[in-house]
Amino acid sequence: MGITFRNETFRNDFTFRNSPEHIRRFPFPFHEDSYMYAVNIEPHVVGPKGSVLENLIDVDEHYVAEMQDRALVLAEDPLRCQSLPHMTLAGWDLLELLMEQQALGYPEHFTLTRDGDRWRWINRPLGIDDTFTFGDVSTLPYGPMEYITRQSQGDFCILDQRDGNLWMDAGMVTTQADWSLDFDIGMNFFEWHAPVPLAHEKGIFVRALKFLTNIQQGKPARRLNWTMTINPRLDTSPENYHKWGPDRTTVTPENVGDKVHLRVELQSFWRLPRSNGIVFPIRCYLIKMDELVTQPKWARRLHRVIRDLPEELATYKGLKRYRATLVEWLSKLDDGSPTSPGFGPD
Amino acid sequence: MAAKSIISRPVYGTLSPQPGKHHLFVADAEGALAITDLAAKAPDGFFAGAHIIFIPGHDRKHVAALEALKPAQFYQGPSFASALPRLKHTLANAHMGLRLYLAGTEGLIGQAMQAALEAGIDHTSIQTEHRGSLARRVQCVHCKGITENVTTQPATCSHCGLLLLVRDHYSRRLAAFQGVCINAEDRSEIPPTEEIFR
Repeated sequence: MGITFRNETFRNDFTFRNSPEHIRRFPFPFHEDSYMYAVNIEPHVVGPKGSVLENLIDVDEHYVAEMQDRALVLAEDPLRCQSLPHMTLAGWDLLELLMEQQALGYPEHFTLTRDGDRWRWINRPLGIDDTFTFGDVSTLPYGPMEYITRQSQGDFCILDQRDGNLWMDAGMVTTQADWSLDFDIGMNFFEWHAPVPLAHEKGIFVRALKFLTNIQQGKPARRLNWTMTINPRLDTSPENYHKWGPDRTTVTPENVGDKVHLRVELQSFWRLPRSNGIVFPIRCYLIKMDELVTQPKWARRLHRVIRDLPEELATYKGLKRYRATLVEWLSKLDDGSPTSPGFGPD
Repeated sequence: MAAKSIISRPVYGTLSPQPGKHHLFVADAEGALAITDLAAKAPDGFFAGAHIIFIPGHDRKHVAALEALKPAQFYQGPSFASALPRLKHTLANAHMGLRLYLAGTEGLIGQAMQAALEAGIDHTSIQTEHRGSLARRVQCVHCKGITENVTTQPATCSHCGLLLLVRDHYSRRLAAFQGVCINAEDRSEIPPTEEIFR
């Protein structure tokens, strides 16, 4: 039994929806009734069946539609996918990782067969059946990183490790929460995080870098991050901010449930075997308020988190214009009763 | 300079003579004064292995002071763009042990460093000293156009016309600060313009 892929859009008419099963598996990011930055990194190990952690690289009902949206973004702006010249080997590492993981988790949809360096990759949802030579870029229609990340949900950053730091030297970034790969490519870990408020002072990035530079092959790690997006729009890039920014002025008490989306990033970190780089997939999950509040615990908790969020964080996450409207709407679903510990719905 | 800064914003030092046989200087306008200050601390014969690329600006000040140092090679050009082929050629033909010194406006330092990075020189090995104007080189994140000599906050993109917040976030690769539309959410909000990068 395979996944039924939805035919939906992340722009214009915004037909994106989650099925009831996908609402229940949504990676709700708050384990308690408040939120502050923390180095919330844990081992990326397989989780419960039916959760987004059932496989280490998650493929869901939005796969085909997300890949179509990515193709549209790249046609408009090819600079969303860039790889500095020394990163090709890391691209092959990533291709191997994603093909192996997708074929392992979803054999009905993906098949990888290897005969030495001769590889055959079948991607049934996208109608792809390619045979190529591993390590020979002339045998693929794109570079290895671009080829496989046009077939994998989430953004991908490949970090080169040198001089005790990590360098953002390659990436496929089309579903970002307001940062520009084209601007940040070539920067080190501290530089590309420079605009994030509060976290530097708390020493978050020093500790996070120490952890990441010690990641071992076969022992990936993960963390969750979150923000909010108006309309289920994947491409909330700074490049197009002047196009999607006005959406933030359109939230009214009547349309909160449909327009406001919680956007959760499942970030994972993997050591790559040949290049010794780190790949950093940023998998984005969207859920509209109407869907989220079908789980009463999440509704109560989200109300408390958004209501009590420090002003600086609310501004950084772009919630300012509609925060009051959202809190008012959520407050009606919060009777003040306690919430159970942990992320999951009751 | 902005009161509160961030980690990606470049930090400049004070030029000092480095050990080595070959010394390449790139400077504009008052950057010349950083070189003459360095000369006061330099050992005898230091400038016999020096090459100075200087963009004096329209008042053409400081040329005589630099020539008086008797560098092995001296060039003055009308703009950074006109000096760039010479700089690239020098970097491409450089031997091990070349030391690079950049002094003057942020735009000059940034663009010369960009050329050095492309030639494979590590940015931490480059000496820099900021002198003169704080005007910024800004890349519009929307149209990718570069606007030179930005002195105001916000600033208008000289290409697409959007009103940009000039951030402290800086890319060495692009040699530019990032400009992001300041009123993207509601174009009718027009904040007052202040001249803060003089």
